[in-house]
Amino acid sequence: MPKLSIIVVERDRERALRIVDGLGGAEGHEIAVISEETGLARRITELKPDIVLIDIANPSRDVLEELAFASGPMDRPVAMFVDRSDEQMTRAAIEAGVSAYVVDGLQPDRIKPILDAAIARFHMFHKMRTELAATRAALEERKIIDRAKAILMKARGIDEEAAYALLRKTAMDQGRRVADIAQQLVMAAGLLT
Amino acid sequence: MSATTLRLGYVPLIDAAPLIIGAEIGFAAEEGLEFDLIRLRSWAQSRDMLGTGGIDAAHMLVPLPIAQALGLGPDYPAFDLAMFISQGGQAIAVNAALAERLRGIGHGFGFGDAQEARDALAQVAGPSLRVGVPFTFSTQAHLVRHWLKGSVLEPRLSIHTVPPPMMADALASGEVDAFCVGEPWASYAVETAAGALLLAGRAIWNAPPEKGLVLTRAFTEGEPELTGALMRAVWRACRWLDIPENRGTAVEILSRPDYLNLSPELSERGLLGRLHVTPQGEVRHFPDFIRFHAGGANFPWRSTAALLARGIAEAHHLDPQAAMEAAGACFRTDLYRRHLRAAGADMPGASARIEGAMTHPTPVASEKGQMILGPDAFFDGETFDPPIYSR
Repeated sequence: MPKLSIIVVERDRERALRIVDGLGGAEGHEIAVISEETGLARRITELKPDIVLIDIANPSRDVLEELAFASGPMDRPVAMFVDRSDEQMTRAAIEAGVSAYVVDGLQPDRIKPILDAAIARFHMFHKMRTELAATRAALEERKIIDRAKAILMKARGIDEEAAYALLRKTAMDQGRRVADIAQQLVMAAGLLT
Repeated sequence: MSATTLRLGYVPLIDAAPLIIGAEIGFAAEEGLEFDLIRLRSWAQSRDMLGTGGIDAAHMLVPLPIAQALGLGPDYPAFDLAMFISQGGQAIAVNAALAERLRGIGHGFGFGDAQEARDALAQVAGPSLRVGVPFTFSTQAHLVRHWLKGSVLEPRLSIHTVPPPMMADALASGEVDAFCVGEPWASYAVETAAGALLLAGRAIWNAPPEKGLVLTRAFTEGEPELTGALMRAVWRACRWLDIPENRGTAVEILSRPDYLNLSPELSERGLLGRLHVTPQGEVRHFPDFIRFHAGGANFPWRSTAALLARGIAEAHHLDPQAAMEAAGACFRTDLYRRHLRAAGADMPGASARIEGAMTHPTPVASEKGQMILGPDAFFDGETFDPPIYSR
């Protein structure tokens, strides 16, 4: 089976490497990364790839759209990937955050393993991003709770443990999260000073 | 009663204001809605999210649902454009070298005379004219084609997609010689000294619909109550935005990190109609540079759909007649009539008109007899009589 030429458009080097890695270079496809988005249309036209993979939220997608709709006689048609027989895969790709542009006429069974691998890799990015956001949010909450504790310690002359206990009891009584109570307290204190 | 949350996609541009203002000024809450505003980074993403159910409605380029209706896009469920939410707001910019040459032949960068700007550009442009637009199917592409049609520049023109945040760079690096884009990205190019503003979009066509409120037909038909509530909230936000005293507040809200994340000094230029046209700080006042409501700007004329569809059909070698009919069917004047009467919108007697016929604000037959449209003329006097029936 002839090799496929795959282009990954990704500015972040680390991510690009992970995507290439996830596609399993061992299967003998030619994979190139474009990290510089200036002149993207020209470079893709020169490289004539079979498949282009790009983050669904990359603004340069709209440049690829133009290539997909280009109808000049010299242009090699790049069809938008929506294999009309496999709506589920399209949906999975969009949910994972990857979008693929595939040259017209490429067999679905050749596309599927590549797209499946890309979907898996982008799922991982998504998970990492969500975890990072959760970690950040937790840190942020920690800071707010610390500030609320400090306010209570100062206002009521109690120690840190007692201040936290008070926050927790209030939260439990109201059926809310400690962080929410702390947030309210910090805000109210801000208004009073 | 708890509010129903709707997920609305928008691309960070000043013309996303109706959705943002709808959420912030309470028009959504008034209709029992909460807007979950989702910032998107490309028009393809907006289309894909709407097509696969990731969002309920989108702030979208007016020609995009037309392209979908013509089969120029992925095979998603049908899209409906329920109303226009902005008109104008685009500007044409040229790179610094062209600006210099224009200056050299005495061009004054008046910003408002399309004929004069075209003639001046023809004198100084090179053998090719590469013009950037934000998307293949955009009002910007239509404006550029119309502006240069029949001129000596037409054979030299090629149109290229450049994502708006990269427009200034593309102009500076020579990737394009000029561009047509919505604010704040034209002003951004002036601010970075990449180029100068030559012309307002409205100087080419006085009523170019720019963004629409787009939903899937499955939603407009399956959720008529929610569709109506959303349309009313957005319509009232549009009306609020066209009260001049409110524009300053709109600038403040839109500029926030959660939305456009820009300095108010940059986002206010388009919204207040005070454009810095050159890096030297020359300012041009262009009243109504962008409209959200006034002059019947929200009504999704089926004739406008036909006009834009004809252009797309010509560029993509499709049958114009079939294209005009398909496009007319996705501009839902019927939804507009059904859902916005309750909000107090006046309704024109017809759903199609002769496009480009009004050089002045013109009263038209309407239910309440208060409707004043336009003007909607093209700079070259072209008119378009749509060969489709109104409903």
